[in-house]
Amino acid sequence: MSRSLKKGPFVHPSLVKKVEEMNKKGDKRVIKSWSRSSMIVPEMIGHTIAVYNGRKHVPVYITEQMIGHRLGEFALTRHFKGHAGGDKTAKRG
Amino acid sequence: MARIAGVDLPRNKRTPIALTYIHGIGRTSAAKICKKVGIADDRRVQDLSEEEVNKVREEIEKSGNYQVEGDLRRVEGLNVKRLIEINCYRGQRHRRGLPTRGQRTKTNARTRRGRKRVTVAGKKQAGK
Repeated sequence: MSRSLKKGPFVHPSLVKKVEEMNKKGDKRVIKSWSRSSMIVPEMIGHTIAVYNGRKHVPVYITEQMIGHRLGEFALTRHFKGHAGGDKTAKRG
Repeated sequence: MARIAGVDLPRNKRTPIALTYIHGIGRTSAAKICKKVGIADDRRVQDLSEEEVNKVREEIEKSGNYQVEGDLRRVEGLNVKRLIEINCYRGQRHRRGLPTRGQRTKTNARTRRGRKRVTVAGKKQAGK
């Protein structure tokens, strides 16, 4: 079931506060955030948000096309490099 | 011969089923179209009159209610391209040709990953 329209998109309150503050001042610093489930809203365009992936903050530059997606979609939590000894040709090179 | 939206309909199938051979028309919209045009569910494509075929064609191609075949494929392609461009999780899955909606990939996922590649155990690779 999808979220009620009445509530609007979910954005973590502290993130909203920070974005609005920066918009007011007009400066663009990297915002650190742990809120991977926050929706990307139009106010965030042009900002860089460092999204936590469980290990470190991955900088994500927000563009118009990203609206409606969630921050976590852009900071992967797993890094798969391939199986051990799986790809023989790659290992030789 | 019924050719709608660039697709030949199978002649000996029931009309609502035959319409689903068009990309973008499923069982639901096929049933709706038949109802609107006034074709009974058990009529076969070969039994339709020229006029009825034209009515169906009109409804699918010209009414603008349905996005089918080439147009639909283009929109789908653009959507995938967008996902890939913005570098989100789903885009990366598309890039690697893996399922995008969290299905398991330990086994199965053959539709996305293609036919199984058989690895022959214990056999030396000759001259590589």
